[in-house]
Amino acid sequence: MRGYLFIAAMWMRSTLTYRTSFVLLTLAQLVTSGLDFVVIAVMFAHTDTLGGFELGEVAFLYGTSGVALGLADLLVGSAQQVGRRIRDGSLDVLLVRPVPVFAQVAADRFALRRLGRLTQTGAALAWSLVLLDVDWTWDRVLLLPWMLLSGTAIFAGIYVLGAAFQFWAADAAEVQNAFTHGGNTLTQFPPHVFARDLVRGVTFVVPLAFVNWMPALHVLDRPDPLGLPAFADFASPVVAAAVCGVAALAWRAAVRGYRSTGS
Amino acid sequence: MDPTPPPDHPTGDTAFPVPPPRASSSGAATSGGMTGGELIRVENVVKTFTVRTRAGRFRREKTEVRAVDGIDFTVRGGEVVGYIGPNGAGKSTTIKMLTGILVPSSGRLRVAGLDPARERTRLARRIGVVFGQRTTLWWDLPLRDSYALMRRMYRVPRDRYRENLDRCVELLDLADLLDRPVRQLSLGQRMRGDIAAALLHDPRVLYLDEPTIGLDVVSKARVRSFLRAVNTEQGTTVLLTTHDMTDIEQLCSRVMVIDHGRLVHDGDLRGLRLGGHSERTLVVDLERELPPIRLEGARTLRVEGPRQWLAFPATASAAPLVAEIAARFPLVDLSIREPAIEDVIARMYADRAVG
Amino acid sequence: MGLYAAIAVRSFRRYATYRAATVAGAFTNTVFGLIVAHTYLALWDERPALGGYDVAQAVTFVWLGQALLAAMSLLGGGFEEELGERIRTGDVAVDLYRPVNLQLWWLCADLGRAGYHLLGRGLVPVLVGGCLFDLRVPTGPARWFAFLVSVLLGIVVSFALRYLVALSGFWLLDGSGVRTVGVLTAVFFSGMLLPLTLFPGWLGELARALPWSALLQVPADVYLGRHAGGELVGAMAFQAGWAVVLLATGQALTAMATRRVVVQGG
Repeated sequence: MRGYLFIAAMWMRSTLTYRTSFVLLTLAQLVTSGLDFVVIAVMFAHTDTLGGFELGEVAFLYGTSGVALGLADLLVGSAQQVGRRIRDGSLDVLLVRPVPVFAQVAADRFALRRLGRLTQTGAALAWSLVLLDVDWTWDRVLLLPWMLLSGTAIFAGIYVLGAAFQFWAADAAEVQNAFTHGGNTLTQFPPHVFARDLVRGVTFVVPLAFVNWMPALHVLDRPDPLGLPAFADFASPVVAAAVCGVAALAWRAAVRGYRSTGS
Repeated sequence: MDPTPPPDHPTGDTAFPVPPPRASSSGAATSGGMTGGELIRVENVVKTFTVRTRAGRFRREKTEVRAVDGIDFTVRGGEVVGYIGPNGAGKSTTIKMLTGILVPSSGRLRVAGLDPARERTRLARRIGVVFGQRTTLWWDLPLRDSYALMRRMYRVPRDRYRENLDRCVELLDLADLLDRPVRQLSLGQRMRGDIAAALLHDPRVLYLDEPTIGLDVVSKARVRSFLRAVNTEQGTTVLLTTHDMTDIEQLCSRVMVIDHGRLVHDGDLRGLRLGGHSERTLVVDLERELPPIRLEGARTLRVEGPRQWLAFPATASAAPLVAEIAARFPLVDLSIREPAIEDVIARMYADRAVG
Repeated sequence: MGLYAAIAVRSFRRYATYRAATVAGAFTNTVFGLIVAHTYLALWDERPALGGYDVAQAVTFVWLGQALLAAMSLLGGGFEEELGERIRTGDVAVDLYRPVNLQLWWLCADLGRAGYHLLGRGLVPVLVGGCLFDLRVPTGPARWFAFLVSVLLGIVVSFALRYLVALSGFWLLDGSGVRTVGVLTAVFFSGMLLPLTLFPGWLGELARALPWSALLQVPADVYLGRHAGGELVGAMAFQAGWAVVLLATGQALTAMATRRVVVQGG
């Protein structure tokens, strides 16, 4: 953790040496993530409901999913660059330092510009809270930070799984985009929009449904299309812990594999 | 351009019969009890890799490659060891096992009292590593900032850090570079910066992988004299891989040669010269042009006016040859050339390849 | 002619060596196609015939987008990074002294790349999409031919745009900012986000007039058979017109850059 913090701090200073680039890239991040919202806005310019959900509700899904991805990306998104370090051999430099490799990889090229996505999606979330007509009982209030943290952990776990995968196939880094950014696009929309088998897949196989769908459906007082028992609405932290556990095991196995094959 | 090595240093022409524990003799050793003691032990270490090669259109064949094939050696505190071999001979694999990056397939390794593979991060505090072609420094930040990060990573006490940094800055001439971003440094400057970074935490062993590769003559000389100083003054053990034989001649009291994963030589430079089928050369200056000299135990390499070159086995004594020439020919001057270390090594690899 | 064909072939082969990346990319395209197609279904469920497309056409549009995404280099990752890097380091001076046209050289290389991406990253999403959804398929070889010509023209326009982005490196210190803006603009104005016919009012008209619409909107409409007869010729003339204008601009800027490099010595 200590190692992570000061390496991240170094990278922040490093990127801030090019102030103009930093500002531009942060803005670009903000706009890039905002494009997804433009899609939703244009859709709602043509319709009042999508899959039975109103704009405020979709914005709520968009915001919760986006903030979770933004936080996970900020914290451990750098790990997806491990493939490059494996290819050019510079992972070895990290392995001879007295700081856990994971901390170094996660803080590698720590990019503060990722605050762009966080800012944009955070604003969308705040706006949706204004728009929503929700009876804010205590369980619903608690569910909000509850789901943001769990969602962050689930996306973080997926980032780490993707990084571990790169030890095995360094060129196939793009696969994880399907799960991180793809998962983000998916969970911006209500589950009712998607085919039931797809929803089953992202509930039981790649548990993206627990990033925000399950808890958000409780907040929005909507039925869940799979009809899962009520505790599923609150199960996100358990799922997040499981994803992170699997990711940790995969990461350890990947590093161990690298150290025995040196590939 | 290249400075002549100090007289107390082994060169191509003089060699110590035994690698001297030079740090202990200098009395300035700071790394305490380890100096002179055993610091690295490698016992029957093997590292095999599985290589997949395409055989036919879809089939892939697995072949096992023994990158390191049962090597044994020990290094004592204060030694400077050159580790050489052709590309792919197993040099970097050995270094990677000694630093804990790679786990050996079998055999035993101990470095500074630790098992590198199992105690990698603990070992990291006791060793310094410089990869010639991969920098540990922060590209866009001043050199000074990278050092500050090293201090925190290695948890070096502040005063110890300052002392070490001051010494490195002085000996490596880094004062003007400290506030420059690393991307603006030349290759030689960056290498000096990298070496300093590897020494800030007082490592007992310093591994250098091709520390002079791509450097100009002046930078090479500076790096070498710094490494000598670190070794004599700090008692730091140095293990370096190189393709530059001048590094070996000027720095190393001991040379290990690895080829096809096996150690084919472990000893001093003189032993290396004698070990192969190498030859020394007698350069004879005569009063006038004469037909090639024919002598038992020597062969004429070249004749150029009154000067002739005669080769004889490195293991043989020159005295009888010299006496015979002096007796039979009008001799003006005479000198003996040691075989170039490059040639010795090249011949050694060639012999191995044939045998 | 032989030289330029050789460049394209070499480039095609070069990209063909990145097998894992191709598989990974095709997989990701397919996943996104799956997700976006469902959102379109939901939208067209509410508003049938939105933007002039029926449901099947809308879903086909999604999968076409995923199939053409890599070939059109909508997210970057083509030659422009390499050329930008050569400009930044000054290595481009070597290219400028070669007796070949710089723009033509890179155009051929990019055509080779696009050809590979069209097959390697385009077929899988379309096949998977075709299995899961009811997609439109052009009837008759004429429409297929028109579609392929339109795709080719789209690739040339995409190249010309990215070539200009790369050339900006001659005048700007850091090309990555312009590249990012280039990608964002391409994604937004090509129809990759949503068909441009859904963009409201003047924004829609602007988007349909800009060159980026030649990358996806026009080829998709040709595929879907939304243009007939003269209109079809018009759509392709629109693409060809932009290609000519952009390539000519690229040629002029190359000449300016060459003078600059020659005068300033890099």
